[in-house]
Amino acid sequence: MADLSIDFVGIKSPNPFWLASAPPTDKAYNVERAYEAGWGGVVWKTLGEDPAAVNVSSRYSALYDHNGDVSGFNNIELITDRSLEINLREITEVKKRWPDRALVVSLMMPCEEQVWKRILKLVEATGADGVELNFGCPHGMPERGMGAAVGQVPEYVEMVTRWCKQHSNMPVIVKLTPNITDVRLPARAAKSGGADAVSLINTINSITGIDLDAMSARPMVDGKSTHGGYCGPAVKPIALSMTSEIARDPETAGLPISGIGGIGNWKDAAEFIALGAGSVQVCTAAMIYGFNIVQEMKEGLSNWMDSKGYENINDFKGLAVPNTTDWKKLNMNYKVVATIDEDKCIGCGRCYQACEDTSHQAITVTSNDDGTNTFGIIDDNCVGCNLCEITCPVDDCITMDERSTGQPYMNWMEDVRNPHREEA
Amino acid sequence: MNMDNSVNYSQQQLALNQMFKDINPALSARQAGIESSRCYYCYDAPCIKACPSKINIPSFIASIHADDLTGAAKTIYKENIMGGSCARVCPTEILCEQACVRNKEEEKAPVRIGLLQRHATDNAEFDGHPFERAASTGKRIAVVGAGPAGLSCAHRLSLLGNDVDVFEAEDKAGGLNEYGIAKYKLTENFAQKEVDFILSIGGITVHYETALGRDITLDKLKEDFDAVFLSIGLQDTSSLYLDNEDNEMVINSVDYIKELRQATDLKQLDIPKDSAVVIGAGNTAIDIACQLKRLGTEEVTLVYRRGEEQMSATKHEQQIAKNHQVRIKTWSQPESIDVDDNGKVTGMSFRKTYLEDGKLKGGDVQFDVACSAIFKAVGQKMAYPETEQLIPTISNGKIATFHNQLTSVDGVFAGGDCTGVGQDLTVEAVQQGKLAAIAINEQLNASITTPTTSTIAPINAALNKALSA
Repeated sequence: MADLSIDFVGIKSPNPFWLASAPPTDKAYNVERAYEAGWGGVVWKTLGEDPAAVNVSSRYSALYDHNGDVSGFNNIELITDRSLEINLREITEVKKRWPDRALVVSLMMPCEEQVWKRILKLVEATGADGVELNFGCPHGMPERGMGAAVGQVPEYVEMVTRWCKQHSNMPVIVKLTPNITDVRLPARAAKSGGADAVSLINTINSITGIDLDAMSARPMVDGKSTHGGYCGPAVKPIALSMTSEIARDPETAGLPISGIGGIGNWKDAAEFIALGAGSVQVCTAAMIYGFNIVQEMKEGLSNWMDSKGYENINDFKGLAVPNTTDWKKLNMNYKVVATIDEDKCIGCGRCYQACEDTSHQAITVTSNDDGTNTFGIIDDNCVGCNLCEITCPVDDCITMDERSTGQPYMNWMEDVRNPHREEA
Repeated sequence: MNMDNSVNYSQQQLALNQMFKDINPALSARQAGIESSRCYYCYDAPCIKACPSKINIPSFIASIHADDLTGAAKTIYKENIMGGSCARVCPTEILCEQACVRNKEEEKAPVRIGLLQRHATDNAEFDGHPFERAASTGKRIAVVGAGPAGLSCAHRLSLLGNDVDVFEAEDKAGGLNEYGIAKYKLTENFAQKEVDFILSIGGITVHYETALGRDITLDKLKEDFDAVFLSIGLQDTSSLYLDNEDNEMVINSVDYIKELRQATDLKQLDIPKDSAVVIGAGNTAIDIACQLKRLGTEEVTLVYRRGEEQMSATKHEQQIAKNHQVRIKTWSQPESIDVDDNGKVTGMSFRKTYLEDGKLKGGDVQFDVACSAIFKAVGQKMAYPETEQLIPTISNGKIATFHNQLTSVDGVFAGGDCTGVGQDLTVEAVQQGKLAAIAINEQLNASITTPTTSTIAPINAALNKALSA
């Protein structure tokens, strides 16, 4: 039985699954239900200065997949709409009752040192394990000079992080916004400011769709809408990419990462950990399915680790980082070609249609006497793009098989076809 | 099509409707959404090839998935104006759904194309008729018989700008959809709603209770019209050639189904209470057996002289019979109809059969089945009116057709069950009517004397214009 416990920048947690700062961690009632369900930790919904934020009615919208399941989720909810006093009191009580679980408090304050100093002292007094600086909220708060408005300016990130480290002894996690061109810059700034860790990604500016009758985006507030923050399975690829950028940037390599973005099952979590995350945070999946999903997440991760012989999270943490590299370092002499397993082929012809219309015309179609078609690969035309494999609805029917070119590893920087190659 | 169900039914009608609820209920919007996502949008889609009317199935399913039911229904109606009834009565299990590639993958379940087609045609909303007629050609065509073939032909001819007169022997149009299909397959007066929908294109005049050989003659029609399409269906039933076959409780299934389909009150029907025997192995046999069970006949035994494999009713239909607790006896041939002294049917005697060198032989074992009524469903025949002077060539008891449904008589085309091409399916009749209409239109309006030999509907400018309207 694999050991799922983690020590993330000094914050101990029985498993790497934390609930992200969001509606599920809004108050003691929810957080205690989450702990009961088995979550290793929570990041308490972002606290701000009193008076508390006020929310609008109609707050979420979603993007659905073919089966009607939520693939993307959008919200326009602000930070906590409860008073600081109530939140701090509940945090104190909850931490006392659940000492073995991680409890990190998310904070968002105006860029004034005294304000931060004051709140940090208050949070420290609750016994919370650490703070997460919300520099990422993309809706509502930036209009007030907070959230993503800070996260998008590396100098502000560094400055506020430094204040936090100066005025508290708690671990400081800086939550990064993806609404930026190069996520490495605020990550480097956080590190310079003394951050213990970064967490990413916060939500992405989004409009999930337009109601073509009302001619307005959703969620609709009295006929009008505003962009929200996007999360859920659809953002996972973006989150993984940004995580990898920070994990392999020489300036931030080794900086602890709490992975966030579309994590809904153990596999998603394992992927973030493989890219260097030391803990993972979940929100959308819990909002759609409830807190109990953590059971299958823990069980699944544990079973998979057992099957791989990983005894603890550190055993596989970051293993995919060295294999995530720059395009220019990929082997130009590597070749794969598609192969169709005729016994498995059901004759849908999607591979042919896709290759013929949009790729390299590398698939042949032969009509059979019984009216069915047989599809074949023209090796010489196949560039190994994987499109046919992707369109094929049958598992393992189309495989991309390696073909030896007899050539050694050679990257683009060494390739004679590259006019800008670096001569050895 | 407008599915307005605001009909006022009598209590008796409601009781009857309750008894004959839809055997294959419609999909909900949610179910249709999920089901439509299962279509792989195949290249050279096998389902289209398997559809006798060549509906672009992946296209209409994609439209359903994109919430465009109007587009989906138009795609269906473009090839098959009776897409609504075909969605209900087609044996999809041997047509499109059998061809679906998803049968071959591990899921082993085809996309439910029939139900999706029904979803589109039931729920699409049109402001009037979905298609606009092409400019008038000034040509007039006579269609004899307002069944699926005749209606399909008339509609396509009208669409192409021709005027059509349809002559129908009965007092309602629809043919077997109205009079012959099992009541649980076409519920809520669907056949008549579909007729109204088809006729709403305009340019079609239906003359009811006007029969060939009685009220009209082919000679005269040829004289009065530019072309004639014969879709007269089958009028006669096959015989068992047994004594007592003329007993009033030895009933032709098609006649009984016709009465049932028109009945508004159970009291109008003579329903065998305890037991009935059905002779036959086709879909009509299954239909009558199941409907008798629904009407309350305690025991229904369907008897066929060969095995299940040889039954022309599909496996799916056989299953429907089993679900209705119809007893199926195979390898048994009728020997006698047993009648008591008062002339009342008491049962039937059978002899077990077996195959020897491919020939059916009677064995030694005999058995009786007690029953108070016998329903014959051993096939139908064409009875071409004997009074007619001009008769197209008849082959194997049916009207012989050549390229694009042309008969031996110049300017006279035929389609549907009276031609004996295919398996007597509604969808085949619709296709034959459509192909004939296209051929007639070409012949009349493009001065082509020989219809094209292509089996693919020729595309002409008028057709395209009308369909893209």
